Amino acid sequence: MASSISTVPHRAGLGHRLWQSRIDYLFLVPGMVIFGLFILYPLFASQWFSLLNWSGFDANQAFVGFANYAELLQDKYFWDAFARSFIFTLSTVPAQMAVSLVFAIILNNKLLRMSALFRTLIFLPVVTPVAIIGIVMTIMLSPFNGPVNIGLLDAGLINRAIDFLGDPNLVLWTLAGIFVWKWVGVTMVYWLAALQTVPAELYEAAKLDGVKGWQVTFFIVLPMITPFAIVIALISAIGALNVFPLIQSMTQGGPYFASEVMEVYIFRNAFATLNGAVPRLGYASAAGVFFGLAIMVLTILQIFAVRYLRSREKPNGA
Amino acid sequence: MALEATHSAGSDYVIRKPLVTPRVRRWIVSVLLAAVCCIWIYPLVWMVSASFKTNAAIFASEGLIPSEPVIDNYLRAWNEANIGAYFFNTLFVTVGSVLLVTIATAMMGYVLGRRKFLGRGFIFGLLVFTMFVPQGYTIIPVFELLSMLGLGQSLWGVMLATTGGSFVIFVLLFAGYFSQMPDELEEAAKMDGVGFVRTFWYVMLPLSKPIIVTVIVMQTLYAWNDFLLPLVVTLANPAIRTLSVGVYAFKGENFVDWGGMTAASTITIVPVVVLFLFLQRYFIDGLAGAVKG
Repeated sequence: MASSISTVPHRAGLGHRLWQSRIDYLFLVPGMVIFGLFILYPLFASQWFSLLNWSGFDANQAFVGFANYAELLQDKYFWDAFARSFIFTLSTVPAQMAVSLVFAIILNNKLLRMSALFRTLIFLPVVTPVAIIGIVMTIMLSPFNGPVNIGLLDAGLINRAIDFLGDPNLVLWTLAGIFVWKWVGVTMVYWLAALQTVPAELYEAAKLDGVKGWQVTFFIVLPMITPFAIVIALISAIGALNVFPLIQSMTQGGPYFASEVMEVYIFRNAFATLNGAVPRLGYASAAGVFFGLAIMVLTILQIFAVRYLRSREKPNGA
Repeated sequence: MALEATHSAGSDYVIRKPLVTPRVRRWIVSVLLAAVCCIWIYPLVWMVSASFKTNAAIFASEGLIPSEPVIDNYLRAWNEANIGAYFFNTLFVTVGSVLLVTIATAMMGYVLGRRKFLGRGFIFGLLVFTMFVPQGYTIIPVFELLSMLGLGQSLWGVMLATTGGSFVIFVLLFAGYFSQMPDELEEAAKMDGVGFVRTFWYVMLPLSKPIIVTVIVMQTLYAWNDFLLPLVVTLANPAIRTLSVGVYAFKGENFVDWGGMTAASTITIVPVVVLFLFLQRYFIDGLAGAVKG
């Protein structure tokens, strides 16, 4: 019944072409329903909501134009959260990429004993749900009998228990460290994939020429996998901007908003207002749209950067 | 620093026995790596260990092996903290969303990757454009949409909305994979008089097994991990919490009960860790493929 589709050389009419591809469109339906409802619709609805003064659960929406945006620009908490999101990303992405690259280079050696086991162990935090990591790490880092503080005290490295999550100056860095620990496994796998594109003959040739192991890594392998670094950085950066579960489950943005990143700010304004204040979905949507646009601009810039860098090299099918 | 040390230790050997050098160095690297890995997974090991101790024993910070192992924590978590119920909620959300996502993305990826039709480029453009939209941007409309559909406080709502999570990446994975398949397969099927749907189902789908496994594992991880959406949907209806939200709420209510919290956490991670151990080869290959593509 479906074999009516054939590549017709002459240009048929629009209706005819649509009808001819009817089975293709049918196949798109389930996917497009999900895509439309949960990805496309929210994208545009957010922009509409951001123009409303709206507490959400009732129907009294009032159109306020760009008032939410105007207020947003004046809100110190918004800018702090906005900045924190980017600080968090800019600090975790390079750390995550560096640590995982070291692991990947070591584990890429096929002769290394138990490298599959090591890879699995390093990957374990990745498959552990964030909420669980939040709980375990809260206990581990607790200033009251937490194992980390006990260990540091016993080793004589510190005199007083450190409140890793309760100190406003420390909390964001603690969270960044935990975040890197959780996600290094994924980045490592990306690097391993990149390393596998380096042909084995290269290593052989280098060995014959008497080049040392670390020299091969630095001068031959690393330059070869640089194109991948951009893609990996992009994927890692997107991940770091979605840090909500970790922060919500560990500090809820506290203490004193010191770890409140963008999504925590949105969640707080839309669903979990302080002291029972009225939820402000319109206002929170405006924050979301502003943030989303900022990320999109960055994404597009990065895509252009990748295109530019790739175009300078010979296309090697990677 | 440590690596340099091993390096120079190795060079001493070179003079006498060149063959031993790399092997000795690899041994040292292995030992170092083993030490790093022990520290790396220490929090998780500690968690499992604590789940078998009484709260008194945990606070007394004895060694990792419990002196008197107890399972009270598990009973308490399962019964009092409702972890049992949350477990099945999560299972429902995960299995449902995995089924929907796998079927929908395979079909969509197939036509996008292999067929030519009007609007194909447009759909591709939309997909790529929305690939990096953060969840904070979409959560409010998604919740409103579920409320409008009458699913604002139901597990079905969580399950349906969870399908949107990594949807775009999965479609692109399928499309990329299908587009690389040889045309002869379809032509042969056509010659034999096999229709479009059956070609897809009996020929193309079985061949895309690596991607199917990747999508199943990634979506399972996503659904099992997802936090923001179930948190919002279950705010007013604690009975339908998922494990992530349930354990989080448990922490809020009983922060001193470390034994119960670690037991609940262990129950939560065991299924995903087991799944990962069985499917890790496919999973890691699939992830790697995502970067190469």
